[in-house]
Amino acid sequence: MLKNRKVWIVAIVLVVIAAVFLFNNKSDSSDSNNTLRVAIMGEPASLDPNFTTGTWENIILTDLFSGLTAKNAKGETVPESAESWKVSPDGTVYTFYLRDNKWSDGIPVTAADFEFAYKRILNPETASSYASMLYVIKGAKDYNTGKAGVEGLGVKAIDDKTLQITLEHPTSYFISMLHHYTFSPLPKHAVEKYGKEWSKPGNMVSNGAYKLVEWKPQSYVKAARNEFYYNNANTKIDNVVYYTQEDRAAILKRFRSNEIDIADDFASDQYEWIAANLPGQYDVSPYMGIYYFAINMKDKIMSNPKVREAINLAIDREFITSKVLKSGEIPATSFVPIGVKNYKPAEFSFKNMSKEERIAKAKQLLLDAGYNEQNPLSVEISYNTSENHKKVSIAVANMLKDIGINYTLTNKEVAVHYKDMQNGNFQIGRAGWIADYDDPASFLYIGETGVGNNYAKFSSKQYDDDFAKAKTLSSEAARNEFYKAAERILLDSAAYIPIYYYVSHNLVSNRIEGFIPNVSNTHPAKYISFKEVK
Amino acid sequence: MVSYILKRLLIFVPTLFIIITASFFLMRMAPGSPFDGERAISEEIRANILKSYDLDKPMFQQYTNYLFNVIRGDFGPSLKIKDFTVSELIYKSAPTSLTLGFLAMFIAVLLGVFLGSISALHQNSKMDYSIMSFAMVGIVIPNYAIAPILTLIFGIYLAILPVGGWYGVSYMILPTIALSLPYIAYIARITRGSMLDVLSTNFIRTAYAKGLSERKILFKHALKPAILPVVSYLGPSIAGIMTGSVVIESIFDIPGLGRYFIQGSLNRDYPLVMGLVIFYAFIIITMNLIVDILYAYLDPKVKLDK
Repeated sequence: MLKNRKVWIVAIVLVVIAAVFLFNNKSDSSDSNNTLRVAIMGEPASLDPNFTTGTWENIILTDLFSGLTAKNAKGETVPESAESWKVSPDGTVYTFYLRDNKWSDGIPVTAADFEFAYKRILNPETASSYASMLYVIKGAKDYNTGKAGVEGLGVKAIDDKTLQITLEHPTSYFISMLHHYTFSPLPKHAVEKYGKEWSKPGNMVSNGAYKLVEWKPQSYVKAARNEFYYNNANTKIDNVVYYTQEDRAAILKRFRSNEIDIADDFASDQYEWIAANLPGQYDVSPYMGIYYFAINMKDKIMSNPKVREAINLAIDREFITSKVLKSGEIPATSFVPIGVKNYKPAEFSFKNMSKEERIAKAKQLLLDAGYNEQNPLSVEISYNTSENHKKVSIAVANMLKDIGINYTLTNKEVAVHYKDMQNGNFQIGRAGWIADYDDPASFLYIGETGVGNNYAKFSSKQYDDDFAKAKTLSSEAARNEFYKAAERILLDSAAYIPIYYYVSHNLVSNRIEGFIPNVSNTHPAKYISFKEVK
Repeated sequence: MVSYILKRLLIFVPTLFIIITASFFLMRMAPGSPFDGERAISEEIRANILKSYDLDKPMFQQYTNYLFNVIRGDFGPSLKIKDFTVSELIYKSAPTSLTLGFLAMFIAVLLGVFLGSISALHQNSKMDYSIMSFAMVGIVIPNYAIAPILTLIFGIYLAILPVGGWYGVSYMILPTIALSLPYIAYIARITRGSMLDVLSTNFIRTAYAKGLSERKILFKHALKPAILPVVSYLGPSIAGIMTGSVVIESIFDIPGLGRYFIQGSLNRDYPLVMGLVIFYAFIIITMNLIVDILYAYLDPKVKLDK
């Protein structure tokens, strides 16, 4: 009897083990032949280019849709749907000549699809949160805010292949904005047929190198080669699967077990391990993003420039990037990161001072402002929930302590934090900014009077004038001079305290070819291939 | 019995009404809005968005609209996952959470009751101590520590199981184990305690005196009364486990409900959270009802109709 039972137990264990191996279809059907598996680090809010706002959605939309221009593998802006264009002498009228291309259902892409898309995103009833990207177009803001009808909008399909866009003012960086998904065309015929449902798998047609196949929320989005794409012959990878999981530690494990080929990020605390154990399979590159603290100019204490400058001087950026974060970030010396399109940023006036000199000067400024040991300055530093933000904020707080400032640290949920920032309910608050397009304007607009992202409520007539002037200049060198003058004012005001330039963190399998690190961290699937057929 | 069930179902309606009302206003009282994020939006655009979701209407009107829609089975659109309605999201994710929860609970009950009974039978023996230490460890070590260790061992070092995803049987093994461990431990402890009580009662002594085998006494006579506390523990915990575990879902990339609950709350995605609360309330009320019926069946002293 007893022996019999043992035999049974052994048998059951064997069956279970066999079952595990039998059902172990580790490679789910899709990765068999020529499938690229990308971890995009976030669930898409939508696949309708009018309703997305995140960098992770951008990865998918870049593969699905072709705007007038696009980014190539090096992150440079190149003509895409528009073969060529010409600009009127006053710099306000752009005429685009479209190339022959088709939607993934075989219907030709026309200028009307662009006109339709821009009118749709700007329609107040569409309620797109990113419509403001198109405010450079004439009449766009008035239409979007309900002050005028669509008639005044400066977008016109002259014929099937010619699109004319009239701008509000000459805007030098207009061309570099056009790769952004908010400027993507929409398939007029499909949107009219399916309404809001058009972006669902089965309904969606797209004009990029790939078309949407499946979207399983909280799992993946699948795309396949678009045979009708004009440059389809040069697309090497047939299928792309975008995994939406956010847990960075888990993604790293999936990468290691060969379930993922490219991951758009990794946890910064894993950097050292990755550098030691996955040589050649990761990429850390400068990125068009700035991590900063905004100082509330409307706050009674913070409105004193001496106080702000003292805080600015006290922060040791080098220490934060090399000792606190330790994942390749670059200490900031300007608000516009270095590497943005031929622009040499204005830098901190104290850039060449030693740490001791800076601290001494900061202490002196505080004394001048009337703070001393008997009457110490107290500030509140707020940040939204995140391990990294917490670490950085604590480090900053301790640096302020060193010059005799008392602090309280306040951690808030992300929605609460940004609401408070917008409502001016903070003293020193953490924020970050990733550029939408490769131009200093994408950063410097934050300092414009009355802009929603201008959390510090910074306002300077000179700044606004310089910035407005720069936007109208067609010569890049002249333009950059005005950008630089504006940035100088912003840095000297210490309304914004830049801490570090973001870097992109990618995991890239060594089977992958054609992944070129670049400042916009754009890596369209159509440029990528596998080194050998698996 | 039938009248009891009917009565319980009738109470269901006002209960749900109170839950909806309370959570509706609690959600709205939370600071921040679904449209506050890293990218600030202008007042005009905010107004467009609020209008498109009818969030510009007075609060009470929003509330009555919501109630009316829920009665018609319409939970509204998700404010953050804009391409799907709340019903679609729940419909797509619920089966996953229910499957995972059911598997984990099934294993937990089976193993937990078995280990607890063995422990009780051999009270204060080496086996008892080792099972109870295991239970203690299982309760103390959180999921988010066990799960990565499991993936490291089975997914990377041994490379026999997938690390993440939910595409077949092999994908279910690690998350089920990770999710069930603490429940196995709890159930083992509960079973042991109640089994000890039952084993010291007169009818068990009688059974021994009759000369019945230990196995027969344990599984035929003692188990039924001893399992009652486990059954009452099961009601709420099944509801909890079946509506998703955010930790397990995030680590193993399982498309369940748990992540929606957390993200929905953080994003102030009002309709999504409301939909999940209603779904959760529905499951928990149903589970409690089932448990009560089961209780009456197991314990002859309990009469439902009284």
